[in-house]
Amino acid sequence: MADGTRPARIEARGWGLRHPGRREWAVRGLDLTIDAGERVLLLGASGAGKSTLLTALAGLVDPSVVDTEGDLLVDGRDPREARDRTGLLFQDPESQIIMGRAGDDIAFGLENRCVPGDGIWPRVDAALAAVDFPYGRDRPTHALSGGEQQRLALAGTLALRPGLLMLDEPTANLDPDGATEVRAVLARVLERLGATLVLVEHRVDESLPLIDRVVVIAGGGGVLADGSPRDVFRDDAGRLAGAGVWIPDRPPAAPPRRDRPATETLVIAEHATFRYPGATVDAVSNVDLTVRSAEALGIVGPNGSGKSTLAMLVAGLLRPRPGSVISGEALAAGRGHEPIARWPARDLARRVGTVFGDPEHQFLTASVREELLLGPRRIGVDDANARRRADDLLARLRLSHLAEANPFTLSGGEKRRLSVATALATAPRLLVLDEPTFGQDRRTWGELLHLLAALRDGGRALCFVSHDRAFVQALADRTFQLGAAR
Amino acid sequence: MRLVTPIIPDPGAPLARANPVAKLVAALILLIALFASLDGVTAALVLAALVALLPASGIPVGALLGRAWLVGVVAVAIAIVNVVFAAEQLGPPAIAIGALRIGSETLLNGAGLALRLLAIALASLLATATSDPTETADALVQQGRISPRFAFGVLAALRLLPLLAREWQTIRMARRARGVEPGRSPIAAVRLFFGGMLALLVGAIRRASRLALAMEARGFGAMPSRTVARPQRMRIADWGWIVGALLMSVAAVGISISLGTWRPLIG
Repeated sequence: MADGTRPARIEARGWGLRHPGRREWAVRGLDLTIDAGERVLLLGASGAGKSTLLTALAGLVDPSVVDTEGDLLVDGRDPREARDRTGLLFQDPESQIIMGRAGDDIAFGLENRCVPGDGIWPRVDAALAAVDFPYGRDRPTHALSGGEQQRLALAGTLALRPGLLMLDEPTANLDPDGATEVRAVLARVLERLGATLVLVEHRVDESLPLIDRVVVIAGGGGVLADGSPRDVFRDDAGRLAGAGVWIPDRPPAAPPRRDRPATETLVIAEHATFRYPGATVDAVSNVDLTVRSAEALGIVGPNGSGKSTLAMLVAGLLRPRPGSVISGEALAAGRGHEPIARWPARDLARRVGTVFGDPEHQFLTASVREELLLGPRRIGVDDANARRRADDLLARLRLSHLAEANPFTLSGGEKRRLSVATALATAPRLLVLDEPTFGQDRRTWGELLHLLAALRDGGRALCFVSHDRAFVQALADRTFQLGAAR
Repeated sequence: MRLVTPIIPDPGAPLARANPVAKLVAALILLIALFASLDGVTAALVLAALVALLPASGIPVGALLGRAWLVGVVAVAIAIVNVVFAAEQLGPPAIAIGALRIGSETLLNGAGLALRLLAIALASLLATATSDPTETADALVQQGRISPRFAFGVLAALRLLPLLAREWQTIRMARRARGVEPGRSPIAAVRLFFGGMLALLVGAIRRASRLALAMEARGFGAMPSRTVARPQRMRIADWGWIVGALLMSVAAVGISISLGTWRPLIG
C-alpha cells in the first residue's frame, strides 16, 4: 500500500492538552520531533496521555472544547487541516466497525475522502488483500471475530493511504489468537508501508520488530526517554518499569506460593449447561467443576468458548439449565444447599464477590467512597465498620486520593483497582474475576497479581477467567480448559 | 440476542429490488389514503391489493405471519374496545347480549378500524422489510437528499442495538453481585429499573461517542461533500411503484365513493 504515500513529519513544541472540566493536564510540555518515515513505539504509564496525543495528531480534537498550549504540527500544519494525511486505528474493534458489510466499511472512508465512485472498489479489494481478509466484500461485519474485525478496521485505515499511521493498542482487546493474527498482518503491512508510524502498545516484546525508535512520555509531562529500542531498554529499564511501562523479557516477579492451608470445597458445578435466549448453541455445555478455598482456579480457552459465562455460573449470577451449581458447607455457612443462583442478592454478596470484565458495568454510585460503602451496607454491616473497611481498601489499592471522585472519570488502571475493591468490600470467601488484567499497564498488573496472591494465600478462593498466559501462570494453582467455540 | 427477528426477503424479488426511497414514498401515499378514509371498504380494498402483492415482495409468508400475528391481535383488540365502549351505538342493534347492545353501524366502523390498522401495518412492513438498511441509507442520501451525517449516523447506531440487550443482562448481574436486588418491594423494583436504564444509557452514549470518533478518524465530515460507492437510481420500475400506489389509493377511494360507503376523515 506504499503507492503514492509520502510519509508525514510530526512536530510538538511545548504542547499540552487539558480535557474540559479537569484541573490536571492530560499532556504537558511535550517537545518531540518525529521525522518522515520513522517508526515510533510510544510508551507511558496508564493515564500518561498517549491516546490523547494520538487523537490530537489525527485532528480529532475540537480546540473550542479543550484547552491547549504550544504547537502540534503534522507536515507543518495544524492536524485538523492535515486530516487527509493521518489514519488512526483504535483498540476496540466493536466500536470502530461502521457498516454492515466488510467492503462497505472500507468504502466508507474512501467516500468521505471524495474518491470518485469507480475508483473506490479497486482500492477496497486491494485493502482487503493487504490484510489477508479471508472473506469477500459482502461478508457481514457482525459475523467477524474480534481479530477479523480489527484487520478490517486496519484495512479501512490503510485504504486511505495515510502519511502518518497511528495504532492505539491495536491488539489490547483481542484474545491471544486474535492478537497474534493481527500482529502478523501488521508486520507484513508495515514492511511495505512507506508511512510514518506511531504505535502505542503495552506489550513491548512483540512490537520491537515493527519499530526503530522508542519514545516514553511521562505522566506529569514531557518525555521520559527517547532513542533506539536497545538504548532505551538498556539504560532506562528500571525507571521505565517503575513508571508502569512493560519491558521486554521482564514481567513483574511472581510472588512465591506460600504453604497452602487445608482447602475446603466452596462451589460444586455438575453438568452445568447454559444457553443464552435466542441462541442456537450452548454457551457452556456440561461442565463439572469444583472451586476450593485457598486456591486459584484459572478458566482458560479461546474466544467464544464460554469462559465468562462459566464464571457467571460459578458466581451465582446465571442459572444453569440443565445442571447445577451449588455451594459446599464452607461457603453456604448457614444457608441451605439450594443452587447459588437462587440465593437472595445480599446473601450472595456476602459470600461471593464478582469483578466484571468491564469495570464500568459494576459502578452504581457517584463517588469512589460510596462505591465501597454500598456492598457492606446492603449486607447489613453497620456504618462505622463499613467506613473503616472502605478506608482500609482505599489505602490498600492506592485510591485514597480519589475517594470523592466519580468512578467513571478514573483511568483504566484506577477503574480496575476500584472494581476489585468493591468486590472485596463485603469480605466474600470466593472472588470471581473476568479478565482482571485486560488492558492494564505493568504496574497495575503486578499489583493485581500480588493482591490476589495474598488473598489466595490467606484462604480465599479465586476463580478467574484470563487470556493472559503470564498471569495465569503466575497465579493459578489449577486451570480449567474450555474447548473451542461451539 | 436480537431484539427483533429479522425477516429476510428473497433479494431477487421485484419489490426487494426497488429503490428504498421509492418504496417509502409509495407507502406514504397509501398511508395518506388510509388515514383520510374512515370506512372499511377503502381499507379492505387496499389491504386486498397489498396481500395480492405479497408474492412480489419475496417475504416468506411463514416469517411474515410469525411476526405480524401480534399486529393482527392488537388491531382486533383495539377495534373491539372501540366498538364496545363507543360514545353511542349507531344504527339498528346488531348484537344484544344482556345489557350489551352493539349498533350495526358502530360494528362496521369497528371492522373498518381494524382493517385500516392492518393495511397501515402491512404497507409499512412491505416498504421497510424488503429494503437493506445500507441501501436505504444510500437512497435516502442520494434520492431523498437527507444529510449523510444523519443517515449514516443512524445506520451505524442501529448496528449497536443488539449489543444493548447483552449490556442490560450484564448490568442486572453486576447489581446482583453487589447485593442490590429489588426483593418484593415494587417501589424498589421501579427505582432499580430506572437506575439500570440510566446505566444502560450512559454505556450506550460512551459507546456511541467512541463510534463517532472512529467515523471521524475515517474522514467522516472532514470534507463538505462525499462520493458514493453504491449508486442508487430511480428506474422506471421505481416510478412504477409510486404511480401504482397512487392508482391503488385513487381506485380504492373511488370504488368506495361509488358504492356510497366512503367516509372522509374531515367533513
